[in-house]
Amino acid sequence: MPYLSSGQVLWHYSFRVICGAIFIFLITPILVVMPLSFNAQDFFTFTPEMLHFDPAGYSLKHYRDFFTNPEWTGAVKNSLIIAPLATIISVSLGTLAAIGLSQSHVPGKRAIMAILISPMIVPLIISATGMYFFYSKINIVGTLWGVVLAHAVLGIPFVIITVTATLVGFDRSLVRAAANMGANPVTTFFRVQMPLILPGVISGALFAFITSFDEVVVVLFIGSAELQTLPWQMFTGLREQLSPTILAAATVLVAISILLLATVEMLRRRSERLRGMSPG
Amino acid sequence: MSACKKSYDGETLVVKDLNLSLPKGEFLTMLGPSGSGKTTCLMMLAGFETATHGEIKLDGVSINNIPPHKRGIAMVFQNYALFPHMTVAENLSFPLEVRKIGKSDREAKVKRALDMVEMGAFGGRRPAQLSGGQQQRIALARALVFEPELVLMDEPLGALDKQLREKMQFEITDLAHRLGITVVYVTHDQTEALTMSDRVAVFNDGRIQQLAPPDVLYEEPENSFVAQFIGENNTLEGTIAEIKGDTCVVKLDGGEVIDAKPVNVTKVGERTRVSIRPERVEYNKDRLQEGAHTLKAKVLEFIYMGDIFRTRLDVAGNRDFIIKTRNAPDQARLTPGTEIEIGWLPSDCRALDAN
Repeated sequence: MPYLSSGQVLWHYSFRVICGAIFIFLITPILVVMPLSFNAQDFFTFTPEMLHFDPAGYSLKHYRDFFTNPEWTGAVKNSLIIAPLATIISVSLGTLAAIGLSQSHVPGKRAIMAILISPMIVPLIISATGMYFFYSKINIVGTLWGVVLAHAVLGIPFVIITVTATLVGFDRSLVRAAANMGANPVTTFFRVQMPLILPGVISGALFAFITSFDEVVVVLFIGSAELQTLPWQMFTGLREQLSPTILAAATVLVAISILLLATVEMLRRRSERLRGMSPG
Repeated sequence: MSACKKSYDGETLVVKDLNLSLPKGEFLTMLGPSGSGKTTCLMMLAGFETATHGEIKLDGVSINNIPPHKRGIAMVFQNYALFPHMTVAENLSFPLEVRKIGKSDREAKVKRALDMVEMGAFGGRRPAQLSGGQQQRIALARALVFEPELVLMDEPLGALDKQLREKMQFEITDLAHRLGITVVYVTHDQTEALTMSDRVAVFNDGRIQQLAPPDVLYEEPENSFVAQFIGENNTLEGTIAEIKGDTCVVKLDGGEVIDAKPVNVTKVGERTRVSIRPERVEYNKDRLQEGAHTLKAKVLEFIYMGDIFRTRLDVAGNRDFIIKTRNAPDQARLTPGTEIEIGWLPSDCRALDAN
């Protein structure tokens, strides 16, 4: 960089250092957990064997525990039932709400939007308490559908936000064109509008899924002993037995999250390209 | 198709008491400045806006309460509204699919429609991979593919460059006449309206100001707005001094007295705006026709435009009086500052309202 002043060069490098520092700050806690989960001992610390890269210091026993212990497998199963159901509800309702709220003639649009988004803003503990009292009145506390509904409520804001963002770029005259060509509103929605806002819907679904899959506070209130989700199991495990299986579970969760994110992002890009919205 | 009568009312009347009927096979253009209500009219025909009063009939049946997707009226949108996630062929196939037309039949129709607009080789492309002109053709083909009785076009050529626009103007009229379809075309471009249409409805302020074939519209405008809006026009302000049958005497504000043809003026003493087309004014004495009326004028500006000369004159106080003369070998080129005498036939000089 022969033409830069020393100040500019200095800034150039300090900028990179700052970015690197932020990145490390964000990612280190997650990375540290991973090697610990291969610990041969039942401790949360790096043993001297591990630090010397002695193979005897490492083992898969916590993973074995995670995949065989009925407490953990039951929790995984529950999470894998609840998260998809909550996601489906969030996506259907959230997408409809976003489309409805994007119409120009809706009165009180901002107020409705604010209410629907509020679960994201209100402290979770408050939502959870409120839900607990309300759900116990209608007798769904401790049931599968209670947890699914609660998680759907938490997921809806994400879907609304991502779908609303895609709708901004959506050309309304396409809907008119479809109607003009003889398509009824339902056909128009599924053949024209839905495919075009799909990237937003997919992103929203991802967020809703992860929200449900990672959520612990609401489950503590609404869930029950038979209805333990993975985060619930991790939380109680942390309090009661402090077994490094939690670290194995965390690593598996991180891996799943990364995989999911990568897959969905790939899908989204592919669908964007297919829809002629980006040059690909 | 008979008697389209509609009136639309929101907070204010956008379209005021509109009566319009068009026979099968006609190419009708709605022309007017923006905000004149022409697009609203089109949207009412398509069913995207509801008429608050009156009735819209298609083939004698009221379609007021029929939703857009059951009307069978095609529309070409200003921005084409092609579905970006479908290929060209899928775009064309869409209206046929929702009509539950069989696959083989569909393919044949799509192919025929694409060939019609000379886009046969582009079926597999996506709209984003086409140029503006090509997208325009596809939009046209998509509107025609399900063989509608009536096609609405909302400024379809607005986004194209001049050359392409002229080519497409010709192609659209040619197609419309060949297929015998009825077209309602909306534009604010008067050249487009004049060259394409069987009849033109000039809109202003929510009303049809005049509904006539292009030549009548240009040569016999019925009011000041139409005279001003269609083509170039010279106006002289004055007062009606006398009316006798199909001629009247106008006393111009500058004091000159001229003969004119009364159009929508009725009584002596009424304010009037006299309108004369620039190409009907002559300054070469040898070419003046018999019965022509002459006035003194001062040359202000002479513009050479190749095929024509455009000269700006001061006539009876109007310093924007334009005359257009053909570039002929014997045509004099006027020098600014000279005093000349210009003339025209009283029948080319129309006394219109002063609004």
